[in-house]
Amino acid sequence: MTVKYTEDHEWARVEGGEATVGISPYAAEQLGDVVYVELPEVGKTFKAGDEAATVESVKAASEVYAPVSGEIIAVNDALEGNPALVNESADGDGWFFKIKLADEGELAKLMNEAAYKDFVAGLE
Amino acid sequence: MGETPASLKKTPLHALHLECGGKMVPFAGYEMPVQFKGILAEHTQVREAAGLFDVSHMGQAFIIGPDHETSARFLETLVPSDIVGLAPGGMRYSMLLNDEGGILDDLMITRAGSEEYAGWIYIVVNAACKDADFAHINAHLPGGLELDIADSKALLALQGPKAVEVLSKLAPEVADLSFMNGRRMEVVGIEGCIVSRSGYTGEDGFEISVPGDQAEALARALLDSPDVEPIGLGARDSLRLEAGLCLYGHDIDESTTPVEAALTWAIGKRRREEGGFPGAEKILDQIANGAPRKRVGLVLGTRAPAREGTVILNETGDEIGEVTSGTFGPSVGAPVAMGYVAAEYAKLDTPVGLDVRGKVRSARVAKMPFIQKRYEK
Repeated sequence: MTVKYTEDHEWARVEGGEATVGISPYAAEQLGDVVYVELPEVGKTFKAGDEAATVESVKAASEVYAPVSGEIIAVNDALEGNPALVNESADGDGWFFKIKLADEGELAKLMNEAAYKDFVAGLE
Repeated sequence: MGETPASLKKTPLHALHLECGGKMVPFAGYEMPVQFKGILAEHTQVREAAGLFDVSHMGQAFIIGPDHETSARFLETLVPSDIVGLAPGGMRYSMLLNDEGGILDDLMITRAGSEEYAGWIYIVVNAACKDADFAHINAHLPGGLELDIADSKALLALQGPKAVEVLSKLAPEVADLSFMNGRRMEVVGIEGCIVSRSGYTGEDGFEISVPGDQAEALARALLDSPDVEPIGLGARDSLRLEAGLCLYGHDIDESTTPVEAALTWAIGKRRREEGGFPGAEKILDQIANGAPRKRVGLVLGTRAPAREGTVILNETGDEIGEVTSGTFGPSVGAPVAMGYVAAEYAKLDTPVGLDVRGKVRSARVAKMPFIQKRYEK
């Protein structure tokens, strides 16, 4: 299992040809209290970098991009009733969707945890 | 945008905000706290107990004339409200208007309460407009009157159901102030404060003008109460939006008239009969015959908030207006918004569509405030 990160602060936890996707605790902190999450439909396909979900905080709306190309195979329905999960557990229970990888080679373009930590440190 | 921290002004409470963990952002030329613990928690704090806001960036000034009548007559040439008829200590919401009836700014106007300050009218205007407002007032000021800009004063707002209990421990007189009244008084031994029972949250509360060098001492005395927490601009916005109150530059501006903005209530009866304010012809015509568009409240059928700029559609999909403020209303538990619609769609419960990022969401025209106002009349 590996966890990869994008410069837009999505994480992708890869296991057996699938990736579980969410936003990083840093991104959740920046957004503030999340009040609504709009999730993609299961079965929909995205290219890496496509807008796949929307997260609304009290402050603003932000797009969540597909970190890798593929088909949506599951979404986190718990976010509908409890969007605050994104703040409480951005890298755990606050996941957004699972995507079936179309091209595992794309993972090489993403950052590993150490590189993402450096990236975030550079933003502060 | 483009404002470097070095060019931003600081209020006398800046250091205290940092000490309280405030997340600072540029706002109207000042570095101000957008949040402390988080917008939802702060919003709830104000609705359930009390919150302290730093609004020192706002513009405070006095119009000083020989007597109230003279000062008020002058101010009535710039605003449509009845100022002459204010009782001593009385406070009124009004608007500076341009010659087309557009709103240059909205402001609070308070008549001095004591004989000692007879002829003094205290005004509070928006931070982003204050330089232009004061220039506008000065440009029209007749001889014998003076505009005294009180830029050495700070302004604190204590809002919430516990505000009166907390503040009356520091200034017992405040318990006798009725809503939309203000007067000079000493607060925790600080002389020269002006305390009014007023605010921008839909809750009971007070606004306290205090000499800048004493502001931190006053803020600390208030924050000492277990019922008070510091509140940032983020919760200030969600609180005022739930209360149906306008934010200048968003819900009202030079292109909107008081009638279009549903602020006709602020135009005094005598002023409607006599006119004599900027844009009176247009405004009185709109009062008599209706305005082409109207500011309305909107409640949404989903949890996705509609933000400023969202296009409002009628049931056949034609554009009928635009959202001017929108967020998730924490106390309502649903998104709330306000915006302008063509007059024929302004009736309560009219179904409309909101184009939220390419998806049409159903909404309806709703009564404002979105929450029950709880201040004492």
